[in-house]
Amino acid sequence: MNACYDSHVMAVSTDVIGKTYPATTYAVGREKIREYALAVGETDPLHLDVDAARAAGYDDVVAPPMFAVVYAMPAVAGALFDPEVGIDFARLVHSGQEFTWGPLVIGGDEIATTASVGDVSERAGNGFYVFESVSVNKRGEIVCAGTWSNIVRAA
Amino acid sequence: MALSPGDELAPLKVTPDKYLTVRYAGASGDFNPIHIDADFAAQVGLPGMILHGLYSMAQVARALTDAGGGPGALRRLSVQFRGMGLPEHELTVTATVRAVDDGVAVVDATCEQCGRAIIRKAEAQLRVAG
Repeated sequence: MNACYDSHVMAVSTDVIGKTYPATTYAVGREKIREYALAVGETDPLHLDVDAARAAGYDDVVAPPMFAVVYAMPAVAGALFDPEVGIDFARLVHSGQEFTWGPLVIGGDEIATTASVGDVSERAGNGFYVFESVSVNKRGEIVCAGTWSNIVRAA
Repeated sequence: MALSPGDELAPLKVTPDKYLTVRYAGASGDFNPIHIDADFAAQVGLPGMILHGLYSMAQVARALTDAGGGPGALRRLSVQFRGMGLPEHELTVTATVRAVDDGVAVVDATCEQCGRAIIRKAEAQLRVAG
């Protein structure tokens, strides 16, 4: 007799919990900060005007805190697209996000981000995937730690 | 700036234009077609191209930094995404100070559109003077 196969049971792989990915490095450019700041509607001249940023004591324009998305996403994408994690993108929902920030990121900085799989679990056929990211500047300071929560909805 | 428990920060209102999701995709690097391709969005049963959750979260962050002393004041922000935001409808971010302790204000915030929360249970920590 053949073993039963229930196609509604999602096979979440908990083996990947704790898996850490190679760091990605992001060179923070002045115009990229300005592009991002304009897209999200920032009006603070610290993000847009080099002279204003310098007058306030910074070497270049200041990245808005949520610019963390730009420098950390490449690392997190490595985890998100990992075949061993096995996310079904057609049913993926970004359910929650947390960032904790350290020193400000300034144009000219280089940020190294390491991502890892924080948790994988399953409830009622839904898969829950939590990724962690830690982003560090050239001085070794943690500029941002992120927790990226995703749900893969039941088929 | 001084903040006390119960204070409401100035609400932030913004109406993302029709092409906002395309600009945000380019600025952020998130080109998921549900945000930038109306045909694809319709195929997967969405009411239209939807806003990036992280764009809406950026509006919450902006409300906090605008009201609370600039980009360096925001120490932590945690959100839950609920529902879907759409371009061409006004977003409203409201935020209320829950507690102030040791120079850090804990602030609760939401982001609503058309009377529904698209971000709820946002919780922030803002550095405040004294």
